[in-house]
Amino acid sequence: MFCEKAMELVRELHRAPEGQLPVFNEDGLRQVLEEMKALYEQNQSDVNEVKSGGQSDLIPTIKFRHCSLLRNRRCAVAYLYDRLLRIRALRWEYGSVLPNALRFHMSAEEMEWFNRYKKSLATYMRSLGGDGGLDITQDMKPPKSLYIEKAECIKDCKRSAKTMGADLKDLSLDKEGII
Amino acid sequence: MTEELDPTAQDSDGGSEEVVLTPAELIERLEQAWMNEKFAPELLESKSEIVECVMEQLDHMEENLRRAKKGDLKVSIHRMEMERIRYVLSSYLRCRLMKIEKFFPHILEKEKTAHEGELSSLSPEELVFAKQYMANTETYLKNVALKHMPPNLQMVDLLRSVPKPDLDSYVFLRVKVRQENILVEPETDEQRDYVIDLEEGSQHLIRYKTIAPLVASGAVQLI
Repeated sequence: MFCEKAMELVRELHRAPEGQLPVFNEDGLRQVLEEMKALYEQNQSDVNEVKSGGQSDLIPTIKFRHCSLLRNRRCAVAYLYDRLLRIRALRWEYGSVLPNALRFHMSAEEMEWFNRYKKSLATYMRSLGGDGGLDITQDMKPPKSLYIEKAECIKDCKRSAKTMGADLKDLSLDKEGII
Repeated sequence: MTEELDPTAQDSDGGSEEVVLTPAELIERLEQAWMNEKFAPELLESKSEIVECVMEQLDHMEENLRRAKKGDLKVSIHRMEMERIRYVLSSYLRCRLMKIEKFFPHILEKEKTAHEGELSSLSPEELVFAKQYMANTETYLKNVALKHMPPNLQMVDLLRSVPKPDLDSYVFLRVKVRQENILVEPETDEQRDYVIDLEEGSQHLIRYKTIAPLVASGAVQLI
């Protein structure tokens, strides 16, 4: 059955849970490309026969092989693209330096893609704002300490402090302020 | 209608009004832009002015904190405030980058065909990033697979292969400025289209496509 190897590649990724990167299936990809080459050559020769001899009963087979070629391409590109998305997620998860275990699962070209992506992201982050830029791979979660401390008012502070978003009213003796 | 948000009130070009925002108003604008971006299925207009001004504010706050007395209660409060603002700003920019990466062929195509004076959905730096992302991905696919394929199959149309944002997805919104006669298109063949009014302060669950222009104009806020 045609496209079986291609389907296997897709299934491999489908089975891997999100965030996981299985080893790059170089063999599998190579077999898909070989099958495509074989199908194409068979089609070429059939097309020539039809053109010269007018044997139109070959046409359904030609169409079928063409569909298989399209399917193979779609599966192969989907496999490669989905892996790129997973690799991209690794930059955000692990930072610029990937753990060794993961690096061995990547092909050389995937590593190149990752390095270029890293560089592009760094350039973008450096361009934010004025001087140093902003590292948006930090601050991934909202600040946890909603309450800094329970302040017991031991002194009457009549001054009020103004912040960007809120007015701290006068801190007076009879209240325990939780900020 | 562009507003110059720069608190240092620099020269603006092309007859735009200069509106000086208080820091509190600036942060409110940032939070609105952040929520809109989070809940909208597509990439919204670039708000570079807000980003720049907020970064300036953060720098000022950092300066003030460095000069303040240690152990002063205000220091902790201001630091907390800074962390909050930095989180919102980072989250906003991350959200945009994620959408840019997700829909890159469509976004870049839109940039190409945009007319003069139309507001861009990408800041200049985001445009550079998007182009690099596209080039990187295209080169990779070509070298690893496509160039080894039969000649008539080597071109992949990314505009067709990469999914578009789903503008029919539903969003929650709150109405800021009353709207009349909004046309709601039918979803199925049995329905007919109908017209609704949006009262100020009301909240709705509606298809994004119907109210997309209202998000851009600020008449509604996604929640």
